[in-house]
Amino acid sequence: MAENIALIDYGAGNLHSVYNALKAAGASSVEVTADPEYVAKADRIILPGVGAFGACKNALSAIDGMIAAMDKRARDEAIPFLGICVGMQLLADEGVEHGTHQGLGWIGGTVRAFEPSNTIKIPHMGWNQVHIKYDHALLETGEAYFLHGYKFDATDNDEVIAMTDHGGDVTAAIGRDNILGVQFHPEKSQHYGLSLLSRFLDWSP
Amino acid sequence: MSVCIRVIPCLDVACGRVVKGVNFVDLVDAGDPVEQAKAYDAAGADELCFLDITASSEERDTIIDVVRRTAEVCFMPLTVGGGVRSAEDARALLLAGADKVAVNSAAVSNPQLIADIAQRFGSQCVVASVDAKRRSDDNDRVANDEALSKWEIYTHGGRRPTGIDALEHAQNMERLGAGELLVTSMDRDGTRIGFDNDLIRTIADNVSIPVIASGGVGHVDDLVKGVTQGHASAVLAASIFHFGEASISDAHEALRAAGLPARSIR
Repeated sequence: MAENIALIDYGAGNLHSVYNALKAAGASSVEVTADPEYVAKADRIILPGVGAFGACKNALSAIDGMIAAMDKRARDEAIPFLGICVGMQLLADEGVEHGTHQGLGWIGGTVRAFEPSNTIKIPHMGWNQVHIKYDHALLETGEAYFLHGYKFDATDNDEVIAMTDHGGDVTAAIGRDNILGVQFHPEKSQHYGLSLLSRFLDWSP
Repeated sequence: MSVCIRVIPCLDVACGRVVKGVNFVDLVDAGDPVEQAKAYDAAGADELCFLDITASSEERDTIIDVVRRTAEVCFMPLTVGGGVRSAEDARALLLAGADKVAVNSAAVSNPQLIADIAQRFGSQCVVASVDAKRRSDDNDRVANDEALSKWEIYTHGGRRPTGIDALEHAQNMERLGAGELLVTSMDRDGTRIGFDNDLIRTIADNVSIPVIASGGVGHVDDLVKGVTQGHASAVLAASIFHFGEASISDAHEALRAAGLPARSIR
């Protein structure tokens, strides 16, 4: 039976790019959905996101019942969950971007701005090395496309799965059990990204 | 390793067709921007840029369709520029699958447009074009006024001077929320003698956002100089790639040979 793959639509600009990449990675059907009832029964959930933390959180919260459905399905019932870029950052406790905004609090940490420096440009934009800290079913060391001005500082270092470097260590992937969040854009990372999405579609954590 | 220097091929598109660049021998339709984009995706380009040079606004929907079809088959970042005059124009391109929009003339006459797009869709998707020409007739004035750089902003493909200082405009674009600057020397564009690295460096050293160097590339060494001399974060070129004089991997290799970070795998 075909799986129900929920790509959450809360107005994020990169929704269609993620949709196209999931199809190219082999997904037979992907439901672009703003319906909490669909999400509550989905077999896999993907949360995309670009732009500002607060604006994304507000847009997600504005869909009645969506956060509760994600919480029940991904945290209580442990189905595979993937957050991308701001969709990864939203898993934190809070984000400090144009004020302080509460995140979902699934993975302890704070999302904050890169500190201005003479040696790096902000945003962190372009292809950079993803260094795996320990073996993970979905991640491999390689080059991926990043585009972000804020970074995830995790509370528990064990939940940081991969790092990159931009004026110092930057979290590239965080997660625990069935939950994975990636700072980079798999949908824009050519073969590296599509193969990650392909593994996500087969993932049985 | 730090973030890689991006190598960005740029395709000029008019009425849905590639205007120059037909050297990919294997393409079924070399004038189809989608086919060209696929070839660059397969070649490991770090990003792709479409510049829509369609003259009439009635044909603007054509580029939307090109972007939509490209986004279905290409999995690298896509910047689309040309004719973006409003936040709605930007929205249409982003929804079709563009990752960033480049704003040129409209941001000169209406700088607030940069802030409007950045606030609605995020700075990460706003590329401000800085089309500059070296001042010729008023060197004395520049020498006597420390606030002025040696370059002036031009619009309409380099035909119309604005009197606006290039560095001041670039910093204004950053302040308004641009995530990146595409700096083109209108003196060098099409000359194939290399970037105006003096211009590129003057801007790159005085903003904190990334700068893409553009205008004048005739050889892969010019790309390297854009970084070593121009301090650019990314390099854009059209003809050397389109006419097959250099491949994307030649460009990456030249950057790496100069000790710069560039992608090694595809």
